[in-house]
Amino acid sequence: MGGFLDILYFIVPISIAYAAPLIFTAIGGVFSERSGVINIGLEGLMVMGAFVGIVFNLFFVDTFGAWTPWVSILAAMLVSAIFSLMHAVASITFRADQVVSGVAINLLGIAIALFLVKMIYGKGQTDFIQEKIPRFNIPFLQDIPVLGPMFFKSVYGSSILAIAIAILAWFIIYKTPFGLRLRSVGEHPMAADTMGIKVNRIRYIAVIISGGLAGMGGAVYAQTMTNDFGHATINGQGFMALAAMIFGKWHPIGAMGAALFFGFAQALAISSSGIPFMENVPSVYLYILPYALTIIALAGFIGKANGPKALGDPYVKGSR
Amino acid sequence: MSNRLINVLVPVISIILGLLVGAVVMLVSGYDPVAGYTALWNGIFGDSYAIGETIRQISPYILAGLAVAFAFRTGLFNIGVEGQLIVGWFAAAYVGMAFELPKIIHLPLALLAAAAAGALWGLIPGLLKATLKVHEVIVTIMMNYIALHLVNALIKVVSKGGFKTDKIHDTASLRSDFLSEITDFSTLHYGIFVALFMVFIMWFILERMKLGYELKSVGFNENAAQYAGMNVKKNIIMAMVISGAFAGLGGAMEALGTFGNMSTRAGFTGIGFDGIAVALLGANTPLGVVFGASLFGSLKYGANNMPNAANIPIEIVSIVIALIIFFVASGYIIRVGLKRIGKKKEAK
Repeated sequence: MGGFLDILYFIVPISIAYAAPLIFTAIGGVFSERSGVINIGLEGLMVMGAFVGIVFNLFFVDTFGAWTPWVSILAAMLVSAIFSLMHAVASITFRADQVVSGVAINLLGIAIALFLVKMIYGKGQTDFIQEKIPRFNIPFLQDIPVLGPMFFKSVYGSSILAIAIAILAWFIIYKTPFGLRLRSVGEHPMAADTMGIKVNRIRYIAVIISGGLAGMGGAVYAQTMTNDFGHATINGQGFMALAAMIFGKWHPIGAMGAALFFGFAQALAISSSGIPFMENVPSVYLYILPYALTIIALAGFIGKANGPKALGDPYVKGSR
Repeated sequence: MSNRLINVLVPVISIILGLLVGAVVMLVSGYDPVAGYTALWNGIFGDSYAIGETIRQISPYILAGLAVAFAFRTGLFNIGVEGQLIVGWFAAAYVGMAFELPKIIHLPLALLAAAAAGALWGLIPGLLKATLKVHEVIVTIMMNYIALHLVNALIKVVSKGGFKTDKIHDTASLRSDFLSEITDFSTLHYGIFVALFMVFIMWFILERMKLGYELKSVGFNENAAQYAGMNVKKNIIMAMVISGAFAGLGGAMEALGTFGNMSTRAGFTGIGFDGIAVALLGANTPLGVVFGASLFGSLKYGANNMPNAANIPIEIVSIVIALIIFFVASGYIIRVGLKRIGKKKEAK
């Protein structure tokens, strides 16, 4: 039994660390898709966030000192939010196919980031950052037996932020007028329009929020996991966040739960060789678990996962 | 302005816009766009070696483009070409190395294995779409990652813990001494003929077969097709299976022609995603795909010359390609612009 607890003390913090960037990005996806705009571009937006986070950190570490990682997350949020405007303009105003536009965002994100890295550093990846996201011991809570060491000892500050954002997103989407409007333009834009809601404006705001959150997710991942930026820094995390959003049924808290579960699967995959009972399970099963589960969830075997009704349709005033 | 002219103009304008914005990006980041595009041109057409390599690069792009385009014609968006290509690559590499057969059996068998593996990878999203109405976009994205991790694991098993499969036997190879010699010993192989043959196959299915007629009908209007007595479910599954088979053959190009084996991969090849661009630019027609693949294949290979000849990062071409996709996707606004110009002329 003691051994089992030790494993949990070891694996749960890693799971949460892996989950945090997914939570940010998946919540971003919730905002965009709840407004009716498919956002396959989360991966590209995360790449941009990771790139900006690392480069900002490297350039301004002398100015901001210990605060650098946090300011870097902020910078990543801003740049990715602006970058996501491209997706918004294409899919909302220009009525482009939202999936194609998202694919373009993904290709563009990694291309721009690597182009700039090679321009600035003359090589394929950046230097390593010195100021990383700090870990905290949460006072009092860390003294709780069993749960304390698992959840509240040396947690990344960003993980706490991620959970706070998930709760905030739930509040915004379900308890504020803006959230009601957001959900209504995603379900029935024409009805929303007749009630005086500016459908396209709400969608623009939603896509920009998703860009900002995906940027934060990327910056958090880069500043906790890799500490530099290269071509493989963000390698599918954006799509995994997309999966978490669907698995969480387009609900912020559900998305957070799914992200935590996927983080757990990732943590198991990388450390299964060191765990008794697990060492004989080929890690490939754990790697494909999140993706396979998402397909199963979509197929309706784990409750029905239904997206917003107007997802993917550009709103054309006057058309029925 | 006729609709047909506009349909041709939209991709042309998108390409020009993409290249222009690429030039601006180079200019802003302190590079010389003229030197950059000259290096790109020479990288594509500079000498017979470059031309050979360019054509070699075009082959998988044609197949990836066909895969996306074929699914599109039935109203399906197959983002899973990347994964189908990866499983096809592995299947071809495995059959190529594991069996010893005469060439006349071995090579077709390896190609068939690749097509079958890709088809299987397309069958799953097709089945889910047809029977449970699960959206194919998400399923194919997830299948991409499953393919990547699964194939990496299989390579480890096949190579007994190594990171790449053994080289295929010559009897399964698409390599051609003749093609290689006339292009100054490039890696050009017979794959281009396989790809062009598949272009014909796609045209034949869509334009000359009852199956193609049904597939297109389902793409135009599912309900009307159903009402006319067509089996919509069967057609959706067929479309994904054939699309996956094209993509799998794209993987065979890499396995049997270019590389002769498969190594574990940290990420995707990118060919499958570029296939979306190819199909989009080619308006989902077989001939259009050849043009689209020629453009993007050339750009991708020619870009390799840019860091050496003009000291510009290779990624500039990826930026241009992404921008072209973006502009083609935003075709609506280009159409509106073109129509306005057309109206002004008529008024005069």
